[in-house]
Amino acid sequence: MSIDLSQFREVFFEESFEGLAVMESHLLILDASDTEALHAIFRAAHSIKGGAGMFNFKNIVEFTHIVETLLDELRSGKRAINVELESLLLKSVDAIKDLLHLAQEDDTTVPDDIQDIQRQLKCMLEGNSQEESSPIESDLAAENEQTNSEGEAKTGNEKPVAEAAVTNGWEILFTPHDHMLLTGNEPLHMLSALTELGDLEVKCDCSKVPLWQELSPEQCYLSWSMQLYGDIAKEDVEEVFAWVEDDCELNITSLGSATAADSADSSSESSITEISSPEPSATVQPDSSQSTPITSPEAGMQSSDNPAKITADEVAPTASQADEDRRQGDRRKQSDRRGTLERRTGGETNSIRVSTQKIDTLINRVGELVITQSMLGQVSDNIETLNQKTINRLKEGLVQLERNTREIQEDVMQIRMLPISFVFNRFPRLVHDLQTQLGKRIELVISGEGTELDKTLMEKISDPLVHLVRNSIDHGIEMPEDRKSCNKPEAGRVDLEAYHQGGNIIIEIRDDGKGLDIDKILRKAREKGLVGEGEIPEQKQIFDLIMQPGFSTAEQVSDLSGRGVGMDVVGRNINELGGSVEISSESGKGSCFRISLPLTLAILDGQQVELGEQICIIPLVSIVESLQVPVSQINAIAGKDRLYSFRGDYIPLVSLRQVMGQPTDSEKENLVVVVEANGQPYGLIVDGLLGQQQFVIKSLEENYRKVEGVAGATILGSGRVGLILDVGGLLRLNRQQNIDSNSLQNSSLYNSSQTGHQVLQFKAG
Amino acid sequence: MNFENIQSQEAAIASNQNQQYLTFILEGEEYGVDILKVHEIKGWSPTTPIPNTPNYMKGVINLRGTIVPVIDLRQRFGLEALVYGPTTVVIVLNVTSERGEQVMGMVVDAVSDTHTISRELLKPAPDMGGVISTDFITGLATVEEKMVILLDIDHLLSAEEMTALSVASERRA
Repeated sequence: MSIDLSQFREVFFEESFEGLAVMESHLLILDASDTEALHAIFRAAHSIKGGAGMFNFKNIVEFTHIVETLLDELRSGKRAINVELESLLLKSVDAIKDLLHLAQEDDTTVPDDIQDIQRQLKCMLEGNSQEESSPIESDLAAENEQTNSEGEAKTGNEKPVAEAAVTNGWEILFTPHDHMLLTGNEPLHMLSALTELGDLEVKCDCSKVPLWQELSPEQCYLSWSMQLYGDIAKEDVEEVFAWVEDDCELNITSLGSATAADSADSSSESSITEISSPEPSATVQPDSSQSTPITSPEAGMQSSDNPAKITADEVAPTASQADEDRRQGDRRKQSDRRGTLERRTGGETNSIRVSTQKIDTLINRVGELVITQSMLGQVSDNIETLNQKTINRLKEGLVQLERNTREIQEDVMQIRMLPISFVFNRFPRLVHDLQTQLGKRIELVISGEGTELDKTLMEKISDPLVHLVRNSIDHGIEMPEDRKSCNKPEAGRVDLEAYHQGGNIIIEIRDDGKGLDIDKILRKAREKGLVGEGEIPEQKQIFDLIMQPGFSTAEQVSDLSGRGVGMDVVGRNINELGGSVEISSESGKGSCFRISLPLTLAILDGQQVELGEQICIIPLVSIVESLQVPVSQINAIAGKDRLYSFRGDYIPLVSLRQVMGQPTDSEKENLVVVVEANGQPYGLIVDGLLGQQQFVIKSLEENYRKVEGVAGATILGSGRVGLILDVGGLLRLNRQQNIDSNSLQNSSLYNSSQTGHQVLQFKAG
Repeated sequence: MNFENIQSQEAAIASNQNQQYLTFILEGEEYGVDILKVHEIKGWSPTTPIPNTPNYMKGVINLRGTIVPVIDLRQRFGLEALVYGPTTVVIVLNVTSERGEQVMGMVVDAVSDTHTISRELLKPAPDMGGVISTDFITGLATVEEKMVILLDIDHLLSAEEMTALSVASERRA
């Protein structure tokens, strides 16, 4: 019986990552009283463990199991949450994420720093039980200690067995319930699985087998007692019985603990304070099996009646400075690795979860479409007898079809829309980490996380957003002392807000920090020659300067700001998405970055313009105005560049024909579309203006490549392809053409083909 | 068709080394492409030119909702451009490049035939330093005593991409 599990692999990873997100968000707001949150975290960890076990990712199972045990203790109140534990759990979430990423690539190695976290977790588990001598550590040991004082007397002061400790072997009493065969489980499989683990001695108890005539073939009458010898972890044994936990009585006891003590020792390389109190008994002789059988670790722990109350200081580590340094190093290493992992996986998911409601509406719409189609089909049947009645019905049908199409379009768009909380959710963690790293106190206020946004946009906006938030915290918010002296609350406040405005989505990142330093920016801009000496630009223009490439006022490149994603990249990314960034700031009060984005990348409002025989589309968002310009108002510089006085400002004119490599002689030169690219207006000379319309954006890159000056393509009403112009790209292209304004300018087509041939010949020879 | 040829073709069919090729005519010569790469064959329809691309790049067409670039193979090989007529066809191909699967169109004079050719019978093309680099040729085959030039379409069309890109970067530099 083998089921092909590979088809569920992706689902497992997806669900696990979702589970981790849940764990993370709950951990950040965790407090002891919130049992619901704890349950949610526990459930997430449990499902990851279960799934990982199914796909045989042993390292994940092992790691998650420890986390789960810790969580279970928290859940049952045996352990109190403290800062250290919380950060350790957060680290574990990261570690599981890394392990999952590795598992996605079929890599089952456990990186050193994750092993380190695993050790810390183990220490946390063990440390406590040692300290309190209370039965919270190993379910088995604890249980037996209480119920069987005899055991204690026998074993004396032996070292404790950790949950994952290894012993000489195990005594397993396996008594299936009568109905176990009905659940589809076959005890024989488990026995053979056990033989794979080590040497197995099996004794079968057939005393319950009834007389032949009373025997039911569907019932299980047998039970087994087994001795499994070898260096085997208890989980491995338990895993064999994982599926039948509820359908049997299972008692697994250690055969002796010579190796257990060693392993417990070796695993306790830790920062936990050493405890010298005598250890409670932890190992149990086989004869202690009359104690309450343990069906599962959880049950065992919940039944213990003496939950330990552990305060934060008791488990607080006495971490030395050196220890701290090492951790810093680890963290850096870890973040480097995470970087490569994310790069490897592309950071983008290619599946989407949609509410069934959305799908149902879509199905209804398609139903309507089918009705319309059959209606039109009927009309076409008697189209030969074309009379007024048929024509009317035809028109009616077309109107209906138009409505159906529009509705379906809207519904399909809805499917791609996800609440922006998908992006926002990662910020609490980011802020949490940054706080400790920078020694600042920050209060993050998120609002409007239900605002829906296209999925592709979401993926592309998240990095710029992370950068902006980091910037606000790193550069904006002052240190607590400085804030105090400015009469501000010690904790800085960062607001993250999303809302719809018109056809756009607005994301605002506000902080109440020191604001942008106008003088510093200006000084820097003058140094770089971006602003002339005597020139004093408007405030808005000064702020926009920080979006220029290579512009950084940070006095020293910190861990945060030196990440290679400068503000210019943020600006460019957002522009590429058809959005814009607006910066406002007040010295001493804070700054605000306002990102405005189109709702979707799939559909665009555009203005059709004529270019010779072609039709091009200019995105409506970038158009300021379209006008007819009398030739007399066009001025030239050096007989070449043309300027037009537009509302008191001289703006450059760019011939669309010229940048698109078409002959310019037949140009009428008086139809100008004024567009704005990166805040700079210029005029595009076009041959004619056609209607405005919505266009479905098609990728040119999918089958070809990126073309400068072209943002994409669309299919026009005629069925032909129309190019969507990228006004920023056109301006760059024009500048480039002017710079190498040799023969290229006259017939760029001819020239480029020449170059093409040269390259080709070079290749051939 | 002589006896030897029949024999060789039978041998080709018997072994699983054989491959089917779609052949087309270009300036009277017969070229072949792996038939499994062929997406479809369609008549010429006007394209939308892409600015600032080499002249053999004819532009893009709408192939049932996908934007597909079309190149003129004559011009690509440095042959004289022809006025497109009723037999002018576009062979739409699935090209595997380093960027994944791409769909591209190729304008040729006319489509000719399909042939099953054994890989063992392919002769390597001698390097003549001509317009078509031997890199783009899988091999030469003889079918009915005529030579068929088998093109490595992945290489040819993704190389086209590369030259186009290098043109662009040259211009930028």
